[in-house]
Amino acid sequence: MPTDAQKDSLEREIQAADHPRELAVDVMAALQDRDGYLSDAAVMETARLLGMDPVEVEELATFYTFIYREPVGRYVIHVCDSVVCWMEGSETIGGHLMGTLGIGMGETTPDGLFTLLPVCCIGYCDRAPAILVNRKAYGPLTIADLDALIDRLRNAADAPGGENPGEEE
Amino acid sequence: MYPQILLRNRKPDRIATLAEYRAGGGYEGLVRVLQQRSPAEVRQVLLDAILLGRGGAAFPAGMKMMTVAEDAPFPRYLVCNADEMEPGTFKDRVLIHADPHQLIEGMILAAYAISAEKGIIFIRPEYESAARILEREIGIAREAGFLGRNILGSGIDVEIVVHRSGGRYICGEVTAQINALEGRRPNPKQPPPYPTEKGLWGKPTVLQNVETLCCIPHILRNGAQWFKDLALTESGAGTKIFGISGKVNRPGCYELPMGVRLSEIIEDYAGGMKNGGEFKACLPGGASTGFLTREHYHIEMDFDALKSVGNRLGTGAVMVFDRDTCLVAATLNLIEFFARESCGWCTPCREGLPYIREILWRIETGKGTAEDIPALKKICKHLWYSYCAFAPGAVSPVEGLLTHFEGEVAAHINQKKCPFRNS
Repeated sequence: MPTDAQKDSLEREIQAADHPRELAVDVMAALQDRDGYLSDAAVMETARLLGMDPVEVEELATFYTFIYREPVGRYVIHVCDSVVCWMEGSETIGGHLMGTLGIGMGETTPDGLFTLLPVCCIGYCDRAPAILVNRKAYGPLTIADLDALIDRLRNAADAPGGENPGEEE
Repeated sequence: MYPQILLRNRKPDRIATLAEYRAGGGYEGLVRVLQQRSPAEVRQVLLDAILLGRGGAAFPAGMKMMTVAEDAPFPRYLVCNADEMEPGTFKDRVLIHADPHQLIEGMILAAYAISAEKGIIFIRPEYESAARILEREIGIAREAGFLGRNILGSGIDVEIVVHRSGGRYICGEVTAQINALEGRRPNPKQPPPYPTEKGLWGKPTVLQNVETLCCIPHILRNGAQWFKDLALTESGAGTKIFGISGKVNRPGCYELPMGVRLSEIIEDYAGGMKNGGEFKACLPGGASTGFLTREHYHIEMDFDALKSVGNRLGTGAVMVFDRDTCLVAATLNLIEFFARESCGWCTPCREGLPYIREILWRIETGKGTAEDIPALKKICKHLWYSYCAFAPGAVSPVEGLLTHFEGEVAAHINQKKCPFRNS
């Protein structure tokens, strides 16, 4: 559950909003960031905070690509499989990641580090084939780039404080 | 080199600062408008400039603003659609990363034109870096007095906020986006009432694409005629950001005059076909347009020219396919996207897209039969009876495939395999 400080901050933001439910995605995302995914308890909490029915929150949570109703890994890798990335080898990229990590699409590695998800066009068609890692884009990718990236993320995860894969392009 | 208007401040490694934007005349349009022009005059200039919506629908921006009645209730809202999510489309990302103040000024001017005090940028989660840039630059614009209360002492208040989406393609549709902003499931709503009458929170709302809004400061600084003269064709106006991807040597965004020829975009700007390949087809304006073929290779890229060949300029996202690329497989991929992204609200879309995907998959894997082609044509027609424009857009590449490349589809069926695969 959220700490008192987190709860206060969210509640202040909600009180300042003209229409609390406009913050539905923000609140779900904040609780997800804290817990790693949007748990059943967090769905209830979102509903309470925003004055919505839990089922309304649930229908949003299950609709949006970037809200996770099940636990995900520390690094969520979205593999773009849209037509431009497909032309440039996204099947090879996806296949290599599944092989290297030993998981299928939609699965998380047993150590909880990586989750693989397919995603529709991430808007980096000029850098195809591209992937997102925790919302940061990488591309155009070769198999060697991919191996180096996975190694870097693994090493960073072991380091104190871990790694944020980055922000700006 | 054609004049660069929207991408004039683009740099290879960073965004343009406020000072750089101002050095090129940025915010001059806003200063002049606040001193000299009424909201009605601003709307008229945009109408005279023939600024057509760059998000794909090509609706006149000035006209959309004019449908907000003079006595319409307050508050009114301006929404910037930065949710581009259609395969092949990435121009809005490039625009925001190149010159964010251009968008901010465009939004302030558009808000002024409809007397809105709140602008909302609706942005997809994949563009988190762009969202952060915008939040930071909005703060800088506010500190400089261009945004917030009593802008430049004019008595006008405009505030802009960034709204992050949870990520679904349908959120790019106007009415679905309004539902999303209200924290509702983003299904489309069928007008009337139109959003300009009853939109966000039941109030008048004008929704415009990033590129459309970015054009506004330049039009107001340089005039409607100047904007029209930028185009190479009589009916066109302005420049267009063409996002080229696929089998070309230099994929990317290029700002070119409206009406530039497709062959010029591919050869002179995108560096020609990749690996010396041969052009077979392209989708001219994103995944929801139909295929253009070699026959159209020199077509003038503007809204009217594309319409005259039964196609659409859409977002100007040109995806290029070479002779070695299987268009059945490419179309299957596109339909996979649409089937996955359908909101499922109405039956033709929810049921029809997976059905089309299934048939295309059979054809691609050598299991197709001669009946599949007429079946596909029939289902595509049914999908035009869906609740919103999602399904007709989704079947555009399928219809284009059947119109221009039926032979390629038939070859799959006759050879009982994909002719482009070795095994």
